[in-house]
Amino acid sequence: MSDELAKQLEEMIARMPAFPASVQRVMQLTSDISCSAKELVRVIEHDPVMTLKILKLLNSAWFCLPRKITSIHQSVVFLGFNTIKNLALSIATLGTLSNKNAAGFDTHSYLKHSLSTAAIAKLLHQKFNHNDFDASDCFVAGLLHDIGKVVYAQFNPGGFAQTMELSRSKEIAVFRAERQVIGADHSLTGALLGEKWSFPHFLVECIGEHHETEKPGNEMRDSVIAANQISKTIGCGQRVTGKDSELPAVVADRFAMDLDDLIEHLGDLSAHLDHATAQASILM
Amino acid sequence: MVRYGGNTTCIEVRTGDNDLIILDGGSGIYPLAQALMDELPLVAHIFISHTHWDHIHGLPFFNPLFIPGNEVNIYGGYDVVAQKGIEHALSTQFQYSYFPIREAELKARIRYFTIGAGETVRIGNAKVTPTMMNHPVLNFGYRVECNGNSIFFTGDHEPHWNIYDPDDDQFQEYESLINRQEQTIFDGMRNVNLLIADSSYTLEEYRKKKGWGHGTFDSSVRMARQSGARELVFTHHEPTRTDSALEHVFAGILEKYPREGREFEFHLAMEGRVIEL
Repeated sequence: MSDELAKQLEEMIARMPAFPASVQRVMQLTSDISCSAKELVRVIEHDPVMTLKILKLLNSAWFCLPRKITSIHQSVVFLGFNTIKNLALSIATLGTLSNKNAAGFDTHSYLKHSLSTAAIAKLLHQKFNHNDFDASDCFVAGLLHDIGKVVYAQFNPGGFAQTMELSRSKEIAVFRAERQVIGADHSLTGALLGEKWSFPHFLVECIGEHHETEKPGNEMRDSVIAANQISKTIGCGQRVTGKDSELPAVVADRFAMDLDDLIEHLGDLSAHLDHATAQASILM
Repeated sequence: MVRYGGNTTCIEVRTGDNDLIILDGGSGIYPLAQALMDELPLVAHIFISHTHWDHIHGLPFFNPLFIPGNEVNIYGGYDVVAQKGIEHALSTQFQYSYFPIREAELKARIRYFTIGAGETVRIGNAKVTPTMMNHPVLNFGYRVECNGNSIFFTGDHEPHWNIYDPDDDQFQEYESLINRQEQTIFDGMRNVNLLIADSSYTLEEYRKKKGWGHGTFDSSVRMARQSGARELVFTHHEPTRTDSALEHVFAGILEKYPREGREFEFHLAMEGRVIEL
């Protein structure tokens, strides 16, 4: 990424607003001086833009932290609830991401897919790795895996609209259409930004390698890749066909089953999906 | 007659080599500035715990700033909400509406250093290291070490508390994050000769003021115990408390934590008190 492009993206991200209902909810909650901390944290950690901006700030050189900040909970413990509250408020004052945008970016579908991927990735991690502690990190990775799409929609609305059109008319995956129209795809752009902002390595990997992966990765990345596919298969994201609708071989090996078996293994996902859908609706 | 003093936070630290370190620029910095007039020209290193008024509003009255030949170095954390460095604390106050002298008219050589948690600053033979504490704005506690002696000043600090209820799913995860952060804080103040800690409230008062960012006498005692401090000074007295009321509260604390059950001395901060290590 050239310095000039990085600078432009930096400025664009600084101005990028969050999702409408989380902005509204943050305004509402913070108008009461003794607002519930856990309620506000819940709003922030379900909004990809707010989460992105807070992680970006906390992992910046200003804090030179020996350990990366990987979740909103960690941010609250480190900086204090009131500072996070005021950061959320300052993001809220930037306005809201609009569903009626030049890019034709469907913010509701985006949120639904991101939240369901986050919830399923967390579930996979808990089931297969028996590790509750990293489960929050896995949620964050699922929530932010497609953040590059928001960046495209904001930064290059014309290109984004063309991409979506191509993906629909030719029935190809969005990332393939992006490569044709924009010359790069959202996973690459998201990962480059994550790297530039000193995000934790696992998060950069989850964002950057969630499509067309051949090399083996860590458990969290594989949970996010699988969750992304599961979310699409069960109707929480744009369906794709052919090879792009399957699990990459390295990921299928990790779970020792293919996508259909994995979905069956997880059992009834409706509770998790209802939660994600409800949260997406609340946030709209 | 004022016994404990009514000025806001300012602590003068003199190293073995007589280097001048000042912790916070509350109104207490004004009487300090008067006392420093015999030492001009001087080099001062002012470390700001956080930028709430009661910790910075004495800065415009720090006379050495107006006198050529002095050097004033101001250190503090990055304001994440305003996204500005520590220079913001002074420039905000030197606006013409609030103060007759503009920042550009100050005659001393002034330098600002925005520092990060854990980033040690060397002042002569001394080392000053900030630790992230818990307050409504970013607040550093500072450890000052010199020739084997050490102090830690908490700035304003409330012990972390869990935002979840014990039966919430997230309770345990949040609790373990708190424990980790507390450990970092205890490590930052490990085995100091002197711990100066925010002890604004009694436990009963704290119940109504949870989340305001201040500690209690009890939380300071716990902190001293956990970190192995040899002496504890209770500071940031609740401003509405009279001297007599403060002594009354302190008598209760002495009764609760009698001398024979403690590995460390404790007493109340008092304006003008000098403690030699």
